[in-house]
Amino acid sequence: MTIWNLLIREILHRKVNFALAVVSVIVASGSLIGSVTLLRIHDIHTGKLLEQKQAELEKRMAQLKDDTRKAMLKLGFNIVILPRDQNLSDWYADDYASKYMPEDYVHKLADSGIVTVRHFLPSLQQKIEWPEYKRKIILVGARGEVPNLHKNPVKPMVQPVPPGTISLGSELHRSLEMKAGDTVELMGRQFTVHACHEERGNKDDITAWIYLAEAQELLDKKGKINAILALECLCTTDALPKIRQEIAGILADTQVIERGSRAIARAEARTQVEEQARIAIEKEKIAREDLRAVRERLASILTPVVVTACAVWIAILGFTNVRARREEIGILRAIGVRSRDVMVMFVSRHVLLGVLGGALGFLAGVLAAVYFGTAHESTQIRMIDMDLSWAGLLLASVGGAAALAVIAGWIPTMIAARQDPADVLRNDN
Amino acid sequence: MLEFKNVSKWFNGAQGKVTALKGISFSVRPGELLAVRGPSGCGKTTLLLTAGGLLRPSDGHMSIDGQDPYALSPEMRSRLRARTIGFVFQQFHLIPYLTVRQNILTASLAVPLKEASERTQKLISHFGLDDRADHVPARLSTGERQRTALARALLNQPKVIMADEPTGNLDEDNAQTVFGYLSQYVSDGGCVLLVTHDARAAAHATRSLQMSLGQLVE
Repeated sequence: MTIWNLLIREILHRKVNFALAVVSVIVASGSLIGSVTLLRIHDIHTGKLLEQKQAELEKRMAQLKDDTRKAMLKLGFNIVILPRDQNLSDWYADDYASKYMPEDYVHKLADSGIVTVRHFLPSLQQKIEWPEYKRKIILVGARGEVPNLHKNPVKPMVQPVPPGTISLGSELHRSLEMKAGDTVELMGRQFTVHACHEERGNKDDITAWIYLAEAQELLDKKGKINAILALECLCTTDALPKIRQEIAGILADTQVIERGSRAIARAEARTQVEEQARIAIEKEKIAREDLRAVRERLASILTPVVVTACAVWIAILGFTNVRARREEIGILRAIGVRSRDVMVMFVSRHVLLGVLGGALGFLAGVLAAVYFGTAHESTQIRMIDMDLSWAGLLLASVGGAAALAVIAGWIPTMIAARQDPADVLRNDN
Repeated sequence: MLEFKNVSKWFNGAQGKVTALKGISFSVRPGELLAVRGPSGCGKTTLLLTAGGLLRPSDGHMSIDGQDPYALSPEMRSRLRARTIGFVFQQFHLIPYLTVRQNILTASLAVPLKEASERTQKLISHFGLDDRADHVPARLSTGERQRTALARALLNQPKVIMADEPTGNLDEDNAQTVFGYLSQYVSDGGCVLLVTHDARAAAHATRSLQMSLGQLVE
């Protein structure tokens, strides 16, 4: 017979008392572990929710960016590079530049590794009188887009006009009753009509496009161009200063003009949407932080109350147990069992109920927190995501519960250990 | 073995000083069964608890096996009790959730014995409790309970048994059985201090003392 045997048999005999004490410890440690786990779950949900919203925002922004890019493509080239000495008043009035720059500039630009613009199209434009038909037209000499060697190849926005051919705006080919394949004379040179464009409602309707080299010959501007058209890539509202800065570094004696206000408006709208979405995410973050603070405050009030109530209950059950075992303690002390052994027996009982209650409380707390913490949340959560030290938490639960049980049961234990056997035996006889 | 020299014991209660023992002197030697008889409330139990090292006398001197238990530390006094004294009470004081065998073995909690199990089995057989060995006290008759208590008192082979009204709850047959076991223990060299109001005890005692109002009366 050992103290341990006696302890186990006593627990089995007074099951209800022991079970009630274990339940009490379960409630105490469960509420503590539950609070910790619940707050952790809240943090994870917040993280996931914000992550999800951020991903949604980024997806939406990417979509808007793509929309803007496509819109810009539809609107055509929106960057015009002109010679530096070009008077802009004249350019706006005449719609073409009166100053010229070397055609080689376009190659210099395309080979430079510039990132803010792409789709480089050199052109030579001039308003002339078509001598054969006695009417004013805009003659545009163009060639294919010069590829940017530092970027992935992209599909050209315009198809080049082959040498010896001419493309006509709608007003021209309608009034002159021309169609593709016809032959037409321009400034004494024969051209085959390559394409007849649909009505565009702008100056393109009175424009004739021929191959750049041929235009340079007809206009006596060999190796010269008066504009490079390009498309900006940044698709943001404040891109122009960057573009100007970058182009100035490559082609010092040029100036940059931006066209296409619709695209800019769209980019601005996109920026606004992005800003609003960011504000919404920030508000969500603040709301979640507020909710966490409320839960934390509630836990910091409730948990000590629950733990204290449980400790009192354990103490009451301890007193009840000592009272019920008064005679037993008396006879054990009479037959020579030391008060220290009686104390060990009672402390062991409390350690045992603390360990058992702490382990079960840990389990109950975690399960309850997972259940209640995920009941009203949209995101799913896995135990492994919680990056909590489960072993440490279990150890803390078991150790803390054992300490709580021993402390709560300390006074009853001392009463049992100090019980005078003579008192018991004298009164019972 | 057991010696009392002018031992007195009084209690200070709400109604003043109450004297339970007054100038008690006697001795019990091995092979002797001393019966101290007297009416209820005369101080018999106080005498037995004082003799058992459980109640410090207010005055006088006593010794067990040549040692004054009250001069020892509580630890040593417990050890002395465990090795030297066996207690038997009127209320048996068996532990309710332990079987007969386990109740007898509780005596080994204080003095671990290698042969505790064997000795327990021998005592179970000696006291005719073989078929009750695995029963809890609630399922035993009063006679069986007292025999279990007696077996527990004998497990550590004590030099003296202190019995407080051991037959108080027993019928004639069971009382005779208990007296028979005590007589046998004495004849084997042990000594017994028996406090009782049972007149039959005198027939089994080697010496008998009368007690009245805390004093011994020859």
